[in-house]
Amino acid sequence: MHTMRIVAAVAALTASIGAVPAASPEPPAGAASCSGCHPASVGLQTPIPRLAGRNAAEMVQQMQAFRDGQRDATVMGRIAKGFTDPEIQAIAAWYAEQR
Amino acid sequence: MSRKRVNRRQFLGSAAAGASAALLPIPAIAQAAPRVVVIGGGFAGTSVARTLKQLNPRIVVTLIEANRTFTACPFSNGVIAGLRDLSAQEFGYVNVSASGITVAITTATAVDPQAKTVTIGGDARLGYDRLVVAPGIDIRWNALPGYTEAAAEQMPHAWKAGEQTALLRRQLEAMEDGGTAIISAPANPFRCPPGPYERASLIAHYLKTKKPKSKLILLDAKDRFSKQSLFLKAWAALYPNLEWVPLSKGGKVTSVDPASKTLVTDFGDHKASVANVIPPQSAGRIAAAAGVADRTGWCPIDPVTFESKLVPNIHVVGDATIAGAMPKSAFSANAQAKVCAAAIVKLLAGQTPSEPRLINTCYSLIAPNYGITVAGVYRPVNGVLADIKGAGGVSPADAPASYRAQEAMFAEGWFKTITGEVFG
Repeated sequence: MHTMRIVAAVAALTASIGAVPAASPEPPAGAASCSGCHPASVGLQTPIPRLAGRNAAEMVQQMQAFRDGQRDATVMGRIAKGFTDPEIQAIAAWYAEQR
Repeated sequence: MSRKRVNRRQFLGSAAAGASAALLPIPAIAQAAPRVVVIGGGFAGTSVARTLKQLNPRIVVTLIEANRTFTACPFSNGVIAGLRDLSAQEFGYVNVSASGITVAITTATAVDPQAKTVTIGGDARLGYDRLVVAPGIDIRWNALPGYTEAAAEQMPHAWKAGEQTALLRRQLEAMEDGGTAIISAPANPFRCPPGPYERASLIAHYLKTKKPKSKLILLDAKDRFSKQSLFLKAWAALYPNLEWVPLSKGGKVTSVDPASKTLVTDFGDHKASVANVIPPQSAGRIAAAAGVADRTGWCPIDPVTFESKLVPNIHVVGDATIAGAMPKSAFSANAQAKVCAAAIVKLLAGQTPSEPRLINTCYSLIAPNYGITVAGVYRPVNGVLADIKGAGGVSPADAPASYRAQEAMFAEGWFKTITGEVFG
């Protein structure tokens, strides 16, 4: 409950500053960790998909589905719970711009 | 080289004569290409070097590494269990060099934080604007009485992958069916918290399939460990010949005798056919030489920049750090390295690094096609990397076999990605 209030407060605060999804040139907080599993390079054959160039809105939707338990997952459900909506939006916007 | 250094010091000295140190001509320094030296070419150091080059190709990056070939620890338990070749763990620095990084295969022996130089290969000195210390771990020889470098030839630790990994494998292969293998796991903190338990699982798998009359004992200096309930449940189902002896039941090894392969505890002696001693550890020794390790033997860092809390302009990443809630894992090392590199780029440009979020995922194999994970998401809180509450955690206790198989597959995927990104 307490955590939820903080999350909501942080989300509201971030929204009020107006930090909505213009992709930043540097990776936003958390984005660099994704490439621990999701390859940044083209040509690495793994069962874990690349994120670069994917549709931002779809990535946001998927992350929210992971977080809320709407989509089956192994680690992604547990990881997505660590990110707020504005953080997810920033990460998705940044990856959408990568090639 | 040493003459150049003297000239630079003379220049700084005369500049400082007319101005306080804080007023040194930063714009003049910024115009020259900034120099970053990275000590240690493992997952942490190599990731910093490569990320720096990606973020700002102007930075002159030198990576100092003692070995021509890097041997990765993750998945090396599979080598010990005969599931994988050691060559699958080996990576070179050809592509690292090709990405514009100067790779110096030599040993860093000293750091002068005042002069901002690293001593390499005897007496050559390398100047830096920012230094990254990423030495991984060193074994604290004799911290466990009797466990010396010579003892490790009889009772391998295999906690730095390479020849030690191959030695433990050979010993297990040579062991008669009906023998007793013993693993000794240390108290916290140490590299790869779930590692001893993955190793016990995979050795138990090897014995069960190839030497079923044999026994495996895991002597543990702890009562609690990473992913404990998942391991214990799986062992009960899969490995009846594996016995875990926790601290409270006499699991703490107090000394070893390599000649007789005996592990001594307060509750009695254990004689092994094969003994794998995972010993007490500290940050790699250059950390202490650079002054960035504290009395614990590990390195306190700022969680935003990974700059040492003890020495300015020196950053520490990977297993050598005291990283709060983040475990000493290759995944953590890589995640920290990318945050550290981004912070260094900003600091060199006179900007303020932004507050990071970091992720860790540790995969462990209990058997082929049986993977489990622990994950975490972290942020700086009061100068420490803290868990973000509600996130992370371990694989579910009651997951079906398909879930375990999927996690085993993702473990392979992670290893391909991280080694491909760092060394490819």
